[in-house]
Amino acid sequence: MRTETPGTYDDVAALLRDCAAAGEVVRARGAGTKWTWGAPVPGPGVVLSTASLDRIVSHNAGDLTAVVEAGVRLADLQAVAGEAGQMLALDPVDGEATVGGVLATGDSGPLRNRYGAPRDLVLGMTVALSDGTVAKSGGTVIKNVAGYDLGKLFTGSFGTLGIILRTALRLHPRPAHTATARGRGGDPAAVGRAALALARLPIEAEALEATWDEGAGSVVARFGGAAPTERAEEAAGVLKEAGLEIETRAGDAAPASRPEGEGALVRVTVAARHLPEALAHLAAHGAAVAGRAAHGALWARLPGGVDDVVAAVQETRDRLPGTCVVLDAPVKVKEVVDAWGPVDDGARRVMERIKARFDPAGIMAPGIFAGGI
Amino acid sequence: MDVTAVAADLRERLGPERVVTAPAALATYESDGLARYRVTPGCVVLPETTAEVVAVVRACERAGVPFVARGSGTGLSGGALPIADGVLVALARMRSIRSVDLDSGRIVVEPGVTNVEVSRAVAPTHFYPPDPSSQIVCSIGGNVAENSGGAHCFKYGFTTNYVTGLEVVLSDGEIANLGGVEADVPGYDLVGAFVGSEGTLGVATAITLRVVPVPEAWRTLVAYFDSTTDAGRTVSDVVAAGIVPGAIEMMDNASIRACEEATGAGYPTDAGAALIVELDGPESECSTLIDRVVALSEKNSATGIRVARDEAERALIWKARKAAFAAMGRLAPNYYVQDGVIPRTRLPEVLGRIDELQATYGLTVANVFHAGDGNLHPLICYDASTPGEAERAEEVAGLILDACIDAGGSITGEHGVGYDKKGFMPRMFSSDDLDVFQRLRCSFDPDQIANPGKVMPTPRLCGEVPGPYRQHPLEAAGVAERF
Repeated sequence: MRTETPGTYDDVAALLRDCAAAGEVVRARGAGTKWTWGAPVPGPGVVLSTASLDRIVSHNAGDLTAVVEAGVRLADLQAVAGEAGQMLALDPVDGEATVGGVLATGDSGPLRNRYGAPRDLVLGMTVALSDGTVAKSGGTVIKNVAGYDLGKLFTGSFGTLGIILRTALRLHPRPAHTATARGRGGDPAAVGRAALALARLPIEAEALEATWDEGAGSVVARFGGAAPTERAEEAAGVLKEAGLEIETRAGDAAPASRPEGEGALVRVTVAARHLPEALAHLAAHGAAVAGRAAHGALWARLPGGVDDVVAAVQETRDRLPGTCVVLDAPVKVKEVVDAWGPVDDGARRVMERIKARFDPAGIMAPGIFAGGI
Repeated sequence: MDVTAVAADLRERLGPERVVTAPAALATYESDGLARYRVTPGCVVLPETTAEVVAVVRACERAGVPFVARGSGTGLSGGALPIADGVLVALARMRSIRSVDLDSGRIVVEPGVTNVEVSRAVAPTHFYPPDPSSQIVCSIGGNVAENSGGAHCFKYGFTTNYVTGLEVVLSDGEIANLGGVEADVPGYDLVGAFVGSEGTLGVATAITLRVVPVPEAWRTLVAYFDSTTDAGRTVSDVVAAGIVPGAIEMMDNASIRACEEATGAGYPTDAGAALIVELDGPESECSTLIDRVVALSEKNSATGIRVARDEAERALIWKARKAAFAAMGRLAPNYYVQDGVIPRTRLPEVLGRIDELQATYGLTVANVFHAGDGNLHPLICYDASTPGEAERAEEVAGLILDACIDAGGSITGEHGVGYDKKGFMPRMFSSDDLDVFQRLRCSFDPDQIANPGKVMPTPRLCGEVPGPYRQHPLEAAGVAERF
């Protein structure tokens, strides 16, 4: 296994062409914060590091857009955008993560509540394919329907279709002042119901999180804009009516995007109406949970050894209507339970055909993705 | 086999009331909202269920006959323009709302359901934000095909941000269920690839949409300026202040005059520009921010500002803007509407270029502009009865698109490429870009029977690709064997 660090798009293309000819498997790597996510795969022939694709090509503050290369650290982009009072509305927890890695894994954080998933923030993308083709889609403007949306296709594709070289991103104003309402409770279903009570209202919260850890849960609602304090107090009132113990404070309670600590990391998504049930189920398995309540998107750390985790995943897939993806867990767990869970047959056939045309040599992270891709 | 045989086949399978071949009836489907393109389809089929759509597509596939799917036929890029000797699949009869789940913010609808029906179905607590001006008539299926927008995109986004799941009939007749009601369904974002693919990847027969709570409050104002430059600076200041209005619409003098004549809404006909700013959201936000928007308008030399005091005044402010396309008849017998996008900050230079073109070609161009997201609708006015004028209008339209591309924008913000703008695709995308688009298209539709002749500038075949089996590199290296 060797690491290559190409610095230009032509270099990336040439490297991929060479690897394809030699049948060498390639995996892209930014900061490697999510290297062990996905289905277990052997070490690649080549690690393609994006460390030299680290240019912030432009920041167009007046248009609320930025164009960055895949190796740019999310934190560095935030710093640049912050100088103009703006932000990329993506706040996953990993400090060193690169934009390319966050997009390739489709990771997200609490801001997803208001601003959407990574795929909703990509305006355009330039990619390199394993046959050496470099292509772009979209553009650099917020509104654009010309052509096909490769940006959406590549986002969340775990590097199996090609290398993300650069991307144009939608930015948003960064709230100058924030205020947070938090409600705590000891019954996970009640915490879930309280979160849904807020989700139903037009509160336009920056973040609306539901958490559970060691016998106690909370709903955290964070507000920006012109009147955050007033809105946090209104939200606290709703949480209080829902039976939680409340507090409000200026600034962020800044819940982490994923629960910290040890334990296998899984992502559970359900239709939001099932949030109370999902929290109760995960709590019963001793999990620590954090997630975007209105979207029914939860991250959980499952305690215990291989057998406990396997049982928890299997029961979650059996009992909860929705998805359960094992992101980070001992290989032995992923060998027993498929990391991704079931994929629709029709969708999988299309995925296979896309994979065959975009990566005919089959060298881009084979086996790591859903549907056996 | 040909389309006549397909029609006969489907008449037998689905019943005669589903298949239209009478010439007078076929004429209804000759064009979509872009009336200058007309093609008579070989036959029209009106399926009422997913199974019937499967039967139609299978029949086309067996016969090697292409098909075009149509919603309400209001599209403005010729996306639903039929293919002669092809099948037109009209989905207007698939109008059911399959389910509503307000707790989860989800509604599942069939493609013939109109845009406004979706909001009605989840009212009064929720609504469906992407709202093209044709929302009373246009279908969700069409919205999915075009990734439709509307006036609220800057704050709320587009169709693609609201579709979470699709039931799709692929061009071989197989059904694929893409995405779902839940977030982050494992696999490629095929929903994201499909929305905006203009009917070229299959037929969506059920669409899962996200709906959101209705805003608590609105504050609406219209500000008048001597020039679009002043209005544009106001928008820049609003954006720089971190304000994201629900809608920001700009009109120039030509469109103001036409709209005022048509509606009597009270806009001064000598104003160089009008700017509608509508804030929506929490009451505390709206009431604080409207004052800031007023101050920014004044700072940029607004010659008049009307803040709506009630719903009736708000409706009147919007009435003028909504009449824009229809009001063009006051300026000239015909018009040609374009749909370019530019970075918002480049508006003054693009409008300057449009002014030049007006002078050079002697044609009036009225502009309405979604000022937040940079989507420009130049309305090129002409008289078709004057020889050569239609052609000159079309030339101006193309030159305006060139100006948009030169300014770093796009040839289409919401109407789609369709038939009308496929010739412009090579101005935005390289041959490598188009090649990769075609790979995606072939992955869904290897025989190219789904709306061929749209989006891509020249027809292409798909070529053979190695089948699902690929030799794993470990096999090739002799390290592993496959059993």
